[in-house]
Amino acid sequence: MSYSGFRVIKEALTGHRGWGPAWRTPEPKSDYDYVIIGGGGHGLATAHYLAKEFGQSRIAVIEKGWIGGGNVGRNTTIIRSNYLLDGNEPFYEFSLKLWEGLEQDLNYNAMVSQRGILNLIHSDAQRDAFTRRGNAMILNGADADLMTTEQIQKRYPFLNVNNARFPIKGGLAQHRGGTVRHDAVAWGYARAADRRGVDIIQNCEVTGFRIENGKCLGVETSRGFIGAKKVAACVAGSSGRLMEKAGMRLPIESHVLQAFVSEGLKPVLPGVITFGAGHFYCSQSDKGGLVFGGDIDGYNSYAQRGNLPVVEDVCEGGMAIFPMLGRVRLLRMWGGIMDMSMDGSPIIDRTHIDGLYFNGGWCYGGFKATPASGFAYAHLLATGRPHETATAYRFDRFEKGRMIDEKGMGNQPNLH
Amino acid sequence: MIINHPLLGPRDAAEFTYLGDAKMIHRPDWQADDALAQFTAYGYLRDNPAGPHRELWFHEQGDRSWLVVTRDTTTHEITDVQLARDVARAEGRSK
Repeated sequence: MSYSGFRVIKEALTGHRGWGPAWRTPEPKSDYDYVIIGGGGHGLATAHYLAKEFGQSRIAVIEKGWIGGGNVGRNTTIIRSNYLLDGNEPFYEFSLKLWEGLEQDLNYNAMVSQRGILNLIHSDAQRDAFTRRGNAMILNGADADLMTTEQIQKRYPFLNVNNARFPIKGGLAQHRGGTVRHDAVAWGYARAADRRGVDIIQNCEVTGFRIENGKCLGVETSRGFIGAKKVAACVAGSSGRLMEKAGMRLPIESHVLQAFVSEGLKPVLPGVITFGAGHFYCSQSDKGGLVFGGDIDGYNSYAQRGNLPVVEDVCEGGMAIFPMLGRVRLLRMWGGIMDMSMDGSPIIDRTHIDGLYFNGGWCYGGFKATPASGFAYAHLLATGRPHETATAYRFDRFEKGRMIDEKGMGNQPNLH
Repeated sequence: MIINHPLLGPRDAAEFTYLGDAKMIHRPDWQADDALAQFTAYGYLRDNPAGPHRELWFHEQGDRSWLVVTRDTTTHEITDVQLARDVARAEGRSK
């Protein structure tokens, strides 16, 4: 059943009795060609592109909880492609282009809203760095716009441009960036994949891998063994816990990142704004809440909740640029678990075990990457070769000294 | 989180900075035949357990001592705190 405006009108006139479930609830089969572990945004996108773009079939997505219940439902919904390095920028720009056509591709309203993202500049050195980044973006086919303080004041009159310590001296804008309704991304991909025959199996936890003679034959799950020609791990946040079952140590630590949403307000914030002197970013949801966040807590955690010092730090960052934030009441705060990699960039690669593939290490930037991650992972699984925009996301880049370290922080995951 | 410092008593975790897995106390032998593989693992690979984790914290806003804190990564409960120096010596490191 395709969704459309006509369909909505027809259902409205017939008592909404024609809507069915958006995807099936199949029993797991004994074997598949592809088993994707993790029914989050990336796993469901992988299944969708495997079926649609690469013509593959006999695909299952197995999920420990319910789809959309992990990080795809816990992030701050921002999309952008404002990276600097060659290993990253083409990939994220590919992702942004996929976002732009996502709703037509999925026949699902994911509320993709290109309201723009602005990174604020607070010093001359930062202006130089952001100019360079903007040029790198343009070279890779993205859009970038270096805005003056006057232009920023006109568009965002509530910003405190004269902060004594961190005055606003301009900004790097990407007007094609924006926000997407995060749950709808998971649901849209799930429905689109299901319509192409992908089995989405929820409440099915992977308890181990069956590996014989260096080859992965399938996964042991809470609902029995499921055989697979190719097993694709896609559980960023829990990668350490999962891959330990295959005997692997990863260049990844799990960290908690907190996010916050205020009470609902009338429209005040047109777009996404990030503070350049601390770590704070904010957008306004379509329901009216200000959605914001900042740094990770900085210590290994699987707890999905953080501590108060970071709450204070995030709110201080917010107050430095939006003094109006002080009048707003916080409605909710929560934590999500990030795969923090050693260079701040992800991994989409095969493992040393034949038939076992890995996608993870997304740090706190996984949401914007969802479409390209799914596409690139599907490309690797179906063709055996990395997608042209994802060739740098290899396991061996640490050993070879080919890190993709946007901020130049070194191998300290809590600094990325 | 409150870290019960062995010398200073209970201190707010915000006074500390975090390095990571306490296994980093033991640097590999740079003259070993497989030194490259050992240093790659030392620098870049982590156990990253869900559960008890021994980790290095630095009391940057305090007495600048390094601590080995045993903390559960699923609950944040801290069960043991020792001076990293004592741990390193007990585990056979000479300096």
